[in-house]
Amino acid sequence: MARQKRIESSVGGGSRKVSLWELALTFTKVGMFTLGGGYAMIPLIDREVVEKKGWLQKDEFYDIVAIAQSAPGLLAVNISIFAGYRVRGNKGSLAATIGNCLPSFLIILAIAIFFAGYRDNYYVEKIFKGIRPVVVALIAVPVVDMIKRSSLNIWRALLAVGTAVAIIFLKVSPIYILLVVFTCFFCAMYFEKKNKGKEGGA
Amino acid sequence: MIYLELFWTFLVIGLFSFGGGYAMLSLIQSEVVTKHAWITAEQFTDIVAISQATPGPVGINTATYVGYTITHNMGYSDLASIGGSLLATLAIVLPSFLIVLTICKLYEKVKHSSMFSSLMKTIRPVVIGMIAAAAGILITPQNFFHWSSWLLLAGAFIACKYLKANPIWVILAGGVIGLLIY
Repeated sequence: MARQKRIESSVGGGSRKVSLWELALTFTKVGMFTLGGGYAMIPLIDREVVEKKGWLQKDEFYDIVAIAQSAPGLLAVNISIFAGYRVRGNKGSLAATIGNCLPSFLIILAIAIFFAGYRDNYYVEKIFKGIRPVVVALIAVPVVDMIKRSSLNIWRALLAVGTAVAIIFLKVSPIYILLVVFTCFFCAMYFEKKNKGKEGGA
Repeated sequence: MIYLELFWTFLVIGLFSFGGGYAMLSLIQSEVVTKHAWITAEQFTDIVAISQATPGPVGINTATYVGYTITHNMGYSDLASIGGSLLATLAIVLPSFLIVLTICKLYEKVKHSSMFSSLMKTIRPVVIGMIAAAAGILITPQNFFHWSSWLLLAGAFIACKYLKANPIWVILAGGVIGLLIY
């Protein structure tokens, strides 16, 4: 009861209780109309959830985006979970997530079923021979963008190159690499806390 | 039994999917293509292409499609394969759902904590390396069977990076060119 009250008071409009259907449908709309996902969804969620519905405040939305980016999982889905929770608690987050994922799930499933029968088709094979190099380019573009945005020093650049080499040539799973980096991060944090006052190199 | 393995594999992928959709591709690829050899590199490339050209996050689309294809490759029925795609999708979303829900509940405390952003900063180079590897692994002799494949790669890169072309149109253009010249 108390939590419900807090959630309602945190919503822009306040008095009106948003139905789970409305919540799910709003995120269905967001899911349907974003191609490419992730970052493409942010302006759309902003328009629907913040500007049109007034479920979240603007600065609250930016906080959510920042946190959603650092949690595991996909940005758009994480934002749905977060926004759904702020509007209607646990049930709201479930409704928003299902709403967000369902349309693309059904569409891709229909395509998967359809294509399963045409995989070895002469023309389909030709089309995909043209598409495959394009896919490599599409994955390479964000790599270049990220390198530009994240001012790598020599050690961080080496870590990036080392990760790529380990995955491609040594067939190391990225999971192990992440685990090692997490362990180092938390150890460093622990020691930094211990030697409070001294400046540690980041 | 395949269901259990599929669920577990995608649960782990979901748990470690820091860095968004493209980083997720790298994880799916290393688990499904490299480790388990459930699908081939070409099959994976095709699935990524279709996932990018359909609405929704590319990571989830790929999980759904891969879940279907793996089950189908093993000779199970269409209906069983739909089960596989549902399971893969649920499993990949579940960890982040639980984690983000927990963060929501601690929102007021987490909001001012810099731990998350500094963790993200620390793993940023790893994420870059992961995505670069996802692209690198797909440069197979089968995917680049002809010198013109490299031209397509260069053309698509320039179109997306410098001409800001919509990826869907670039994929479609690649398909049309393939149909005409191969």
